[in-house]
Amino acid sequence: MTSTVQAGAPSREGAPRPAGASRPASGPGGRIRQQGRFTPWLFLLPYLALFGVFVALPAVLGVWISLHNWDYTLPFQPFVGVDNYVDLFTSGSTTSEVFWNSMRATAIFTIGSVPFLLTVPLAVALLMAQKFRGRNFFRAVYFAPYVLGVAVVAVLWRFLLDSNIGLVNYYAGLLGLPDNTAWTTSTPAAWVALIGVTVWWTLGFNAVIYLAALQDIPQELYEAARVDGAGRWGQFVNVTLPGLRPILSFITITTLIASANMFGQSYLMTQGAPGRETRTAIYQIAETGLRSYQMGDAAAMSYVLTVFLMILSIGVFWLFRERKEKIR
Amino acid sequence: MTATTSTTRRVSTGSRVRTAIKYVVLSLLALLFISPLIFMVVTSFKTGADATAVPPSWIPAPFTTQAYEAILGSGNTPVLRWFANSMIAAVLNSALVVATASLAAYPLARMDFRGKNVVFGIIIATLLVPPVILVIPNYLIVSELGWLNSIVAVIIPTAAGAFGVFFMRQFFVSLPHELEEAARLDGANRWMIFTKVVLPLARPAMATLALLAFLTNWNDFLWPVYVLFNTEVQTLPAGLSTLQSANAVRYDLLMAGAVIASLPVLLLYVLLQRFIVEGVSRSGLKG
Repeated sequence: MTSTVQAGAPSREGAPRPAGASRPASGPGGRIRQQGRFTPWLFLLPYLALFGVFVALPAVLGVWISLHNWDYTLPFQPFVGVDNYVDLFTSGSTTSEVFWNSMRATAIFTIGSVPFLLTVPLAVALLMAQKFRGRNFFRAVYFAPYVLGVAVVAVLWRFLLDSNIGLVNYYAGLLGLPDNTAWTTSTPAAWVALIGVTVWWTLGFNAVIYLAALQDIPQELYEAARVDGAGRWGQFVNVTLPGLRPILSFITITTLIASANMFGQSYLMTQGAPGRETRTAIYQIAETGLRSYQMGDAAAMSYVLTVFLMILSIGVFWLFRERKEKIR
Repeated sequence: MTATTSTTRRVSTGSRVRTAIKYVVLSLLALLFISPLIFMVVTSFKTGADATAVPPSWIPAPFTTQAYEAILGSGNTPVLRWFANSMIAAVLNSALVVATASLAAYPLARMDFRGKNVVFGIIIATLLVPPVILVIPNYLIVSELGWLNSIVAVIIPTAAGAFGVFFMRQFFVSLPHELEEAARLDGANRWMIFTKVVLPLARPAMATLALLAFLTNWNDFLWPVYVLFNTEVQTLPAGLSTLQSANAVRYDLLMAGAVIASLPVLLLYVLLQRFIVEGVSRSGLKG
């Protein structure tokens, strides 16, 4: 295993590096050198054509659109420079209020959901990490909701959370809790519902990634910790968490981005209600650009959101980096 | 495991209790995940009145398939048509992803050429780009191509994602070089090596990618909702949204629609669970 970690990965010894160790060697293209000059490009051509038209071109075109008063239904799209962006940052303009309301909704959902999406799956993965009978069965059950699409999940839970006839309020009543919570039409109940459903839906995804990382932590490290007198908590802090560190930054960033891109749950469960309180940024961008056809405004909004996400990602990356060096 | 055997007997009662508690926790969790799905199926076999009755019951009374008959026969909500659309889109998209990603990943994993790192770097970079910035311009591009309100819009543009290339590259990189060298000494060219030596070995990876691409496309929601506006061209997730706005509290109909939309993926999951879960956990380790 260790012999495959090669050039480009200087001095990795020391802390356990499960993800790094299981990553295949990404060395130079191998020992076979000769091939026609165009051969690699012929292989790449079909994908690069798709990539060029539907990823690279739109990434640039989006900037261009955002600099215009781009109404899809009109024949002319006048150039307005950075006006769309200025509008977003001018209170009282037509777009700034709806946009920042939706950014607020996205922020609430992200801050509310990410801690649960990071910790609950870890707890489940720790529970599943030992060998026991029926493990594969339980793993399969916990992961199952993830293979369903957001549409099925949201339609199903809107039914279960119906304030009058839903199963959730019925059982809450049996337990002596309020049995008339308006889960989809009032806040903060709607946030609890949206976050809870998202955890239910995607728990298996992060749990499976945690589980794979846990199984890569060498058993000897746990034995060494036991010999040193570490209890369960000590083993968790000194062996498990450091062993998970490489995967933690990956999970944190992907979870943050996924939460910040929440759309379907809000679109189908709450329709943004009450008012527009649970209408997320993605929801607002899609409605502005693809229902009201104000594509210039929508494109500008999407770039502002993207800048926020990039800052967040860099922040998370930096956070995990720092810690690693401090511990060394 | 190798813990001292002398203490084993002493803790055995305690550990048995602990095991029991563990199974109770595991089972309660399992119930939490499974029971909503069971209730979805149960409700789909209820009458409209039964579906909204209080207290809710876990057994349809009477048991009826009228919800299915109603949505399958309705012109406003052509569920069978949506099912066919979803199936066609997911199969073709999945095939396109596997074909283009395998081809592109091979030189990125196994050949040396100028510009390789640049191309690979650009593809990597797009994994960090939130897809939202592509939605508005892609709508215009698809509109220019004449694909709006057509199933093509949910087959081709979504195949451009970088995930498949990463997934296949990761697999190709792990193959031993000796295989290709042997074929090369026999006079095979790159295309022959790729099709005769590499691809046969890559079948499990390609199958996993095909499965993941199928699931992703089958479940895709935002894009189909906005690019497919006529009822008869919609896919099932977009159709469920239409079904919901047409039948606000006809939960029997909504659950029947949800069951139809879940059946293929749940079936795939039951049959190929290992590939799906392992494919996902492997994609995570990439980071």
